Amino acid sequence: MKTTVTANTIQIDGRAVPVNGERNLLELIRKSGIELPTFCYHSDLSVYGACRLCLVDIQGRGIQGACSTPAEAGLVVRTQTEELRDIRRIAVELLLANHDQQCPTCPKSASCRLQGIARQLGIRHVRFRPVHAPEPLDESSVSLVRDPNKCVLCGDCVRFCGEIQGIGAIDFAYRGHEAAVLPAFGKGLGEGECVNCGQCAALCPTGALSPRPETNDVWRALHDATKTVVVQVAPAVRVALGEAFGMMPGTDTSGRLVAALKRLGAARVYDTAFSADLTVLEETHEFLERKASGERLPLFTSCCPAWVKFAEQFAPDLLPNLSTCKSPQQMLGALCKDTLPAELGLAREQVVMVSVMPCTAKKFEAKRPEFKVGGNPDVDHVITTQELAHMIEEAGLQFDELEPESFDLPMGFKTGAGVIFGNSGGVSEAVLRHASEVVAGHPVPVSELCMTRGEEGMRFASVEIGDVVLKLAVVYGLRQARTLVNRIRNGELAVDLVEVMACPGGCVGGAGQPVTADGQARRQRTRSLYEVDKRLDLHKSQDNHYVRESYRRHLGDIGGPRAHQVLHTHYASRRCASEGCAAHATCPQVALRSEEPAI
Amino acid sequence: MIAPAEPSVEAEPMLKVREILDRHDHRASRLVPILQAVQESYRYLPAEVLTYVAQELDVPAARVFGVATFYAHFAIVPKGKHVIRLCDGTACHVKASMPILDAIRSRLGLSEQQATTPDMLFTVETVACLGACGLAPVVVVDEAVHGQMTPEGAVELVERLMAQEAST
Amino acid sequence: MSTAGDDGAADGAGGMPAGRRVVVCAGTGCVAGGATAVYAEFLAAIRAAGLPVVTEFRAEQEPGHTRLSKSGCQGFCQMGPLVTILPDGLLYTRVQVADVAEIVSRTLAQGESVERLLYAEPGTRRRCHGAGDIPFYQLQQRHVLSACGTIDPESIQEYVHHGGYEAARKAHRELAPDAICKEILRSGLRGRGGGGFPTGRKWEAARVQPGDVKYVICNADEGDPGAFMNRSVMEGNPHSILEGLMIAARAIGARETLIYVRAEYPLAVQRMRRAVADAEAMGFLGADVFGTGQSLRCDVMEGAGAFVCGEETAMIASIEGQRGMPRPKPPFPAQSGLWGKPTVINNVETLAHVVRILREGADVFRALGTAASPGTKTFALTGHVANTGLVEVPFGATLRQIVMDIGGGITDRRGRVRADGFKAVQIGGPSGGCLTREHLDLPLDYDSLRGAGAMVGSGGLVAMNTQTCMVSIARFFMDFTQRESCGKCVLCREGTRQMLALLDDIIEGRATGETLELLERLGHAVQKGSLCGLGKTAPNPVLSTLKHFRAEYDAHVFHKHCPTGQCKALAKPSIDPALCKGCTACVKACPVGAIVGARKQTHSINPELCIKCGACGTACKLGAVVGI
Repeated sequence: MKTTVTANTIQIDGRAVPVNGERNLLELIRKSGIELPTFCYHSDLSVYGACRLCLVDIQGRGIQGACSTPAEAGLVVRTQTEELRDIRRIAVELLLANHDQQCPTCPKSASCRLQGIARQLGIRHVRFRPVHAPEPLDESSVSLVRDPNKCVLCGDCVRFCGEIQGIGAIDFAYRGHEAAVLPAFGKGLGEGECVNCGQCAALCPTGALSPRPETNDVWRALHDATKTVVVQVAPAVRVALGEAFGMMPGTDTSGRLVAALKRLGAARVYDTAFSADLTVLEETHEFLERKASGERLPLFTSCCPAWVKFAEQFAPDLLPNLSTCKSPQQMLGALCKDTLPAELGLAREQVVMVSVMPCTAKKFEAKRPEFKVGGNPDVDHVITTQELAHMIEEAGLQFDELEPESFDLPMGFKTGAGVIFGNSGGVSEAVLRHASEVVAGHPVPVSELCMTRGEEGMRFASVEIGDVVLKLAVVYGLRQARTLVNRIRNGELAVDLVEVMACPGGCVGGAGQPVTADGQARRQRTRSLYEVDKRLDLHKSQDNHYVRESYRRHLGDIGGPRAHQVLHTHYASRRCASEGCAAHATCPQVALRSEEPAI
Repeated sequence: MIAPAEPSVEAEPMLKVREILDRHDHRASRLVPILQAVQESYRYLPAEVLTYVAQELDVPAARVFGVATFYAHFAIVPKGKHVIRLCDGTACHVKASMPILDAIRSRLGLSEQQATTPDMLFTVETVACLGACGLAPVVVVDEAVHGQMTPEGAVELVERLMAQEAST
Repeated sequence: MSTAGDDGAADGAGGMPAGRRVVVCAGTGCVAGGATAVYAEFLAAIRAAGLPVVTEFRAEQEPGHTRLSKSGCQGFCQMGPLVTILPDGLLYTRVQVADVAEIVSRTLAQGESVERLLYAEPGTRRRCHGAGDIPFYQLQQRHVLSACGTIDPESIQEYVHHGGYEAARKAHRELAPDAICKEILRSGLRGRGGGGFPTGRKWEAARVQPGDVKYVICNADEGDPGAFMNRSVMEGNPHSILEGLMIAARAIGARETLIYVRAEYPLAVQRMRRAVADAEAMGFLGADVFGTGQSLRCDVMEGAGAFVCGEETAMIASIEGQRGMPRPKPPFPAQSGLWGKPTVINNVETLAHVVRILREGADVFRALGTAASPGTKTFALTGHVANTGLVEVPFGATLRQIVMDIGGGITDRRGRVRADGFKAVQIGGPSGGCLTREHLDLPLDYDSLRGAGAMVGSGGLVAMNTQTCMVSIARFFMDFTQRESCGKCVLCREGTRQMLALLDDIIEGRATGETLELLERLGHAVQKGSLCGLGKTAPNPVLSTLKHFRAEYDAHVFHKHCPTGQCKALAKPSIDPALCKGCTACVKACPVGAIVGARKQTHSINPELCIKCGACGTACKLGAVVGI
């Protein structure tokens, strides 16, 4: 075949495609409109080259992985040849041969990439037979389920956990066809260093890792006449739920969401943004107190349960710096369980608190022993955005046809400050909106306090209010958080407030959200939350009169003893190396030791 | 309960391990030699030691476990007092090494799945090649190389060890 | 020490040259055969005989003194323990402790040879005097191996005495890095580890990289089962490798080097460590290399049992403390290797050649071998040949020369040489392929082998007789590679495992024509699509046997018959009534009572009960049991 290649192009299947700084040949091919299948390629992670599906035939070089080939001008590339087709199909058949093919009952049914690629390549028959014995499910984690029989070993989870979260709770173990993705020592995911962020499950192309569902528990409570189900919905949920029903990412579905929950049988639907406002008041108080005394600075936020567990494991020395405020989920749970039974004339056990979260770590948080009163948790069940979508689907509700309804009062009332909690930088901004007013002694326009917004994984801002300078750091991704923590420890960095979120972009990018192929949808959700803030009448937590009312009726003074009792918590190191560690009894490393054979 | 012949983890916790880590400057890049030294010391890689190593090197325990299970030399379960290694390199294989393995295993009641006798006296394993091809087939008993082996000869070696163990 | 003994030795030798030397081979093979005890016995016996003996190297050996030393592997492992007496050139084979006294009293004291310990040529039983007239040695051209077996590998003085480290000194003091690269490029030296990539180009690629942190790694992770060339050189002449490494470091501008040795080779590890320590003590390595003021360090690391670590990027991962999983190339190690720095990885044998090229020049090196594959190559010759051992021949030598002439021909099950016994050789180990009778006169080099579907690989050469089942051999290699697959890429991890399953189907009688077709297709997919060299070459043994021994596969698949009778599941044992004398030996041997027949009457096997264990065949002295 005669080919003509001009200076700055690559020839792909006979067409010249301009090279424009693409990271690799695969990105260029995809940009040119050819969707080569892959399992192990992820633009935010290192190139791995294991699935062998993006193979292409390059003139003079033979068959190469497109993901690991630089997009050098002048290449002559073919993406479809008989040989390539053969190799790709064989690769997929090889995976299918050992794959647990109980597809209809798989949590990834219909969204599974293996299924999708098998369909794309038109595989109708698997010529190989299974050679692996089935392995048991790992259900040790309260947030996630690991099904080794569905793993294709693409390693996306391993690389995310290591490269982005800096944890490495799971890694490859063994080798050859015995290779597996496993937590340390082949123990359960719930027994190790996993912080339950669930991003592994969000990335997993198959059903090998998935959020642990609690929908059955929620259904059971809804169907139980002796129980009153109270639901709270986190801010990030409303701008993502629609995606599960074919709506544009970022669509604000608040009204339909409430309507759906009511139809499902929820007695009350509250907004976690309400307790976010509450958090802002408590946390600002705490922050300014510390700022004034200069003690335990910087203050680290504690809304993200993945970050909290991370800190307990890897930065126990910094635990005193964590805000003692409970997360908004737990504040609302505590407040509801504290007030509703009396109000409704029910026993505490009869009030079932369900939260809808964008997050899998919230499932873990709700089950922490410190958030129980007499054995009864403040939050009974946590379902993710996706689980709620499944429940709506199961109930047969036509989501887009629902008549919008409003959150219930008083705890459904929020300001914009509570809503932007769902975005990375949102907590800081909300705190600033309050702190600036306290420090300045007069209101500061909200538009002057947007400096913590942005897309970067690590951002810094500094605000001058009168003669006070507040220095802030905002970070998402726990590896970045670790870097930041180290810089603070080494004295390289002096800041007053550090906001940490585990997930990309904050809660909008949580692992409980509908899965998206790239960051586009997530950025749309972020923009949408800021839009919601704009549309609301109030933008500052201190202006939330229902929150003020709660203080008057239940909580006493901001930061006072009663508020502390209901709204604050404590942390304990999970490192058994530290002497007299409070978490010793629950420490996974201690547990590991006790299982060693007797000496 | 007293587990007989179990390699014991010393009373002073991790003293030996700390010494090994010191020798390698606590460098994570030295993980393979560190694990080799640990194995030499304990004759396998106990999970608690690996946990300690991971923590000291500031490396995830899952990664240490991943490395420990990747390399054939590392054992995460204790081995027997005597390790009998049968070479199944090409030269040994074509000179009929498999019947020797079968003979040794059957004499000790072992199989591919069960490599160590319940009394923790013997472990039987195969190695890819010992580089002593000129002597094929080769059996190595506790580091001593026995060349031009036969099934009968190998069983004899095993029985000699068994007798020696019985008399002590 | 008695001086009277001196006179005695001189007298007894009857004009024999003064200063005899006894070299006991202390390679792994000979040590396994008892060489260490033999050495100790020599020391004791020589002293007991009142002869003066020294065990250290001295530049000027005193007349009349006997020097006793150990050497590395001399390559003739099957005949070990080997003892060489110099300058007489006598080679004693299979020397046991009990033989030592006789050697001392007759050879050392009286200059006579001990006939019964000399090597006897298999066919003629002619006694060979020494290496000079043993075809095994005679027909080789030993360069890399030349000093193995004579010099004391633990004596840096002896290595230096023979011109050792002169090339490294010249490289570091007189030659510019680019000049070294040019000379190596001119020599045409290609990597001896397998792929055959031009060494000079590899060096040049790393040399031109910016930055002053670069690494050279010596790949001594000889994982190919059935190969032990690298082990022998490390054990026999460790300084030659170290010197090559130092030259490579100078050529690319590296200050740090590392030797990654397979852990199954404890003696090699020990010798390399000793060599590094001695070189440091001499000031060749360390803070001030040859007085240049430049530093150069060398570390020795042991592998931990993973064949795949022979692959460059996997080895780098292993050195960095990771699982030895290869990563995609580019970037190549010469651009971004260990710790992301330019890194050259050379095989042991490659580095040993480098020394000779700098010492004697590229032209001398090119004088041997072929134009595209110059120089010599060592092979580990094993399997069904009369003489197994280490062989060094120029590229272009034929298989016939190696197997038939040097190897002394193909042996049968009982070890007898059979003129018509040749069936195939597997060259290049699990990454290589099978060559057949039609390739016997093929001149061996990188390109001809690749053309024939095999590869030089590290140089394992396993000869197989006609009683070998090729399907079974293919299965053996597949079993090896699937176990050694790192498990990263789909095609290698799952593909090699499925190839093994398909081969099992064939060997155990479950296969159909589709099995064969699928095996071939899968093989091609794994070959073309795998991430690294291990996967890309893993199907070679299967694909090459499918090509050259198709009829044997067909017999297994379509006739459920293994022509060599090796595949037990296909065996249909029966008793040839013409040969059976009714001795009942087989009846007694059968563990399941499947053989019936009274004494003096022809026996028969009940196929319903038979478990195909083969006990009857072993028991029958008349060869009447057939089909197993």
